[in-house]
Amino acid sequence: MKRGMGRWWWAVGLALAALVVIVLAPLASPDPDGLERVAIDQGFASQAQGHPFQILSDYTIPGIEGPVSTILAGLIGVGLLFAVLWLLGRTLARRQRPGTGR
Amino acid sequence: MPLDDGMGLHTPDGFLTPAVSIVMWIAVALAIAVAVRNTNRTLDDRAVPLMGVTAAFIFAAQMVNFPIFPGTSGHLLGGVLAAILLGPWAGSLVMASVVAVQGLLFQDGGLLVMGANIFNMGIVGTLGGYALYRAVVHVMGGEARGRYVGAGIAAWAAVVAGATAITIELVVSGSTSLVVALPVIVGLHALIGLGEAAITVAALAFIGNVRAELLDLRDSMGRQSA
Repeated sequence: MKRGMGRWWWAVGLALAALVVIVLAPLASPDPDGLERVAIDQGFASQAQGHPFQILSDYTIPGIEGPVSTILAGLIGVGLLFAVLWLLGRTLARRQRPGTGR
Repeated sequence: MPLDDGMGLHTPDGFLTPAVSIVMWIAVALAIAVAVRNTNRTLDDRAVPLMGVTAAFIFAAQMVNFPIFPGTSGHLLGGVLAAILLGPWAGSLVMASVVAVQGLLFQDGGLLVMGANIFNMGIVGTLGGYALYRAVVHVMGGEARGRYVGAGIAAWAAVVAGATAITIELVVSGSTSLVVALPVIVGLHALIGLGEAAITVAALAFIGNVRAELLDLRDSMGRQSA
């Protein structure tokens, strides 16, 4: 697996995810998604209850306005998920690769 | 309380009854337990960074709502992509983590209903979609030939399956009626599923072009554990 940037392919993948957030997330359609649309149209949207706490609600950083807020919030999510899944993978991957003798 | 507009897309608290929510928590807990055990059995360390990258990319892509109709949008789910790259069990863990972070950090999706959200968006489509992917690949004579067709079909089906699941939960919760909700929700997601199929196939094609061995990783891990 040494083609291209070799061992750092995952950093490129992570950078791509970050790029999706930076470039595409601010362009995202603001329209409600399928479920929300139906909830509004069918009249059960008002059943929705709020959250007991707010951290980065609505994918924005409290106190920061505009697309920058969305981008920063998104980058936090990207970084966090990358870290969480890497750690989870590390924890669960107990099998050794064939031929490593580990 | 009105729904947040824009990004919020997962089921909020209040749409499902506590009883339905608890049943879904039990179902998802079982599924996650199995996923953890099976991932532990099959995952080797080559896949560890891929789990991170896949989760990061799926989270990012889920932020990019695309228009379906005037007034309605859809977004990637990613379960079939995760399953094809990592296997259905590790893929389910990726998806569950994405949904959990969305709910806990970004208040996207309720807390009581998070079990249902994880099940509908992270388990149903990931496991069911993967099974369908393998079936199509088999019919087409192997992954090298059937990968993209299989991925497209499975990705579409995963979205429709997840939409069906939430519809059933909403109906059982008394939030809406089957006759009204099923055609609309499933119909909308049949369209959204086309986007899912396109993005999933494009992502796989991209990986196939720049780092093709990643597409063989899942299968090689499976063979090792056989």
